Amino acid sequence: MDYSNILSRRAMELKPSGIRKFFNAASEMDDVISLGVGEPDFRTPWCIRKAGIDSLDKGKTWYTANTGLAALREEITRYLYRRFELEYDVKDVLVTVGGSEAIDICVRSLINPGDEVLIPEPCFVAYAPIVDLSGGKSVPIVTCEEDEFRLNSQALRKAITPKTKLLIFPFPNNPTGGIMRREHLEKIVAVLKDTDIVVLSDEIYAELTYGGRHVSIASMPGMKEKTVVVNGFSKAYAMTGWRLGYAAGPSQVMEVMNKIHQYAIMCAPTTSQYAAIEALKSCDEEIEAMAAEYNMRRRVIVEGLNRIGLKCFDPGGAFYAFPSIKSTGMTSQDFCEGLLHSKRVAVVPGDAFGESGEGFIRISYASSMDHILTALERMEAYLQEI
Amino acid sequence: MYELLKLLEHNARYSTAQLATMLGTTEAEVQAAIAQYEKEGVIRGYTTIVDWEKTEREYVSARIELKVVPEKNRGFEEVAEQISRFEEVRSLRLMSGGYDLAVTVVGKTFRDIASFVAYRLASLESVQSTATHFILRTYKENGVVTEQSKDERGVVL
Repeated sequence: MDYSNILSRRAMELKPSGIRKFFNAASEMDDVISLGVGEPDFRTPWCIRKAGIDSLDKGKTWYTANTGLAALREEITRYLYRRFELEYDVKDVLVTVGGSEAIDICVRSLINPGDEVLIPEPCFVAYAPIVDLSGGKSVPIVTCEEDEFRLNSQALRKAITPKTKLLIFPFPNNPTGGIMRREHLEKIVAVLKDTDIVVLSDEIYAELTYGGRHVSIASMPGMKEKTVVVNGFSKAYAMTGWRLGYAAGPSQVMEVMNKIHQYAIMCAPTTSQYAAIEALKSCDEEIEAMAAEYNMRRRVIVEGLNRIGLKCFDPGGAFYAFPSIKSTGMTSQDFCEGLLHSKRVAVVPGDAFGESGEGFIRISYASSMDHILTALERMEAYLQEI
Repeated sequence: MYELLKLLEHNARYSTAQLATMLGTTEAEVQAAIAQYEKEGVIRGYTTIVDWEKTEREYVSARIELKVVPEKNRGFEEVAEQISRFEEVRSLRLMSGGYDLAVTVVGKTFRDIASFVAYRLASLESVQSTATHFILRTYKENGVVTEQSKDERGVVL
């Protein structure tokens, strides 16, 4: 049977990830240091794993309520208030399968065919395909190195049309490490305040903000009613494999999101939800210790990259450095392939995150200090050879 | 701030420049702090973690539990000093619990260690009893796991 005329046209038209082949090759080579992965190298803190095991031990293996365990949603509201001064009613919190599901159902809840969705770029690879599948139109707004990859309020203003429905607001940013501090948010808020544009604030890296606390755009005056906050346990608590996230936002949006979630997912994994209650109750110190370790590596990698001649701005968040490789005259793809094959260091070409990422590479510092130092030595040798 | 000590304990070969970057301070400050720690004896020395099992060297180590009669005025100090002086002794600690001194001893063969225990340790006047446990395999030493586990993380983006 020939499926090419049978499969969903929208799904067929999604661009395949161009770098999978590259990283499959990397995984088959020996002695490769991968600074390519986008997840913590830490294990989930033991007390969290224990809470998951205990829940299994007690046989808590049924579905939970669609919206998530009441105790967990309550802890989430406390956490959001404690860490980010965000006040939410428990009924406006939905527990999801990772931040990814929250992003997906938020977009699906809001987008009608033809609606425009603004996406700062370079960005996480999933946003545009999710918008495309909803029949929306993704409109990239290029962020640049001179602005330390912040969303520029002028560029935002220019991109807004009568069809603009949603702004995806991904800070701290994957892949750039860029962040928006309060003074930067103020300018964005000024542009949005007289519009009906909804903000999907993807704050999955919020706890990994260096040199000051993360400020949520939802905590800015007048923004709570316009914003859906997405967060989760993957990055802050090193819980990627547990697949657990959540969204909090205006009741009307949350009701529709919950409706889709009920039909598509039923509920987030029960074991993960029990573990997450423990995470929120007793792991503030653990996540701060992990953030301190990332910060140390961040300083080493940024100093090292600039020293060996790859210009890199000081990224204020996440666990990525996004240096420019323009001085080499190579494309990002060629640079990364050469680095992998001649020096066995895997990093991600910047154009994987949108055309505007060309000329950059993403380096993850979710890797041990010794790996980072060795990788820097290898990169220095590579730069001398090319 | 114990961060500097923790870093050096993890890897004594970090350069002062690397340490300064990690800690967000200057090389001069790192050098000064290390000098001070060395002077105060907080830093006792720098060593290398060797996995002798991977070499051809004949090597046996054992952990010996000693029960000791403390001396009237000096407690365990006297016998601890005596035992510390033996070259075969790699570490010596006073313990709480079922015995008093924990001694780690290395030698070339099991017989070396057996005769060390019999002739040098057991013969000390204040030593009441010895229990010798040979070390069969080291899985982790100074915080370093001997068999490195593979990075299982696969998803890139």
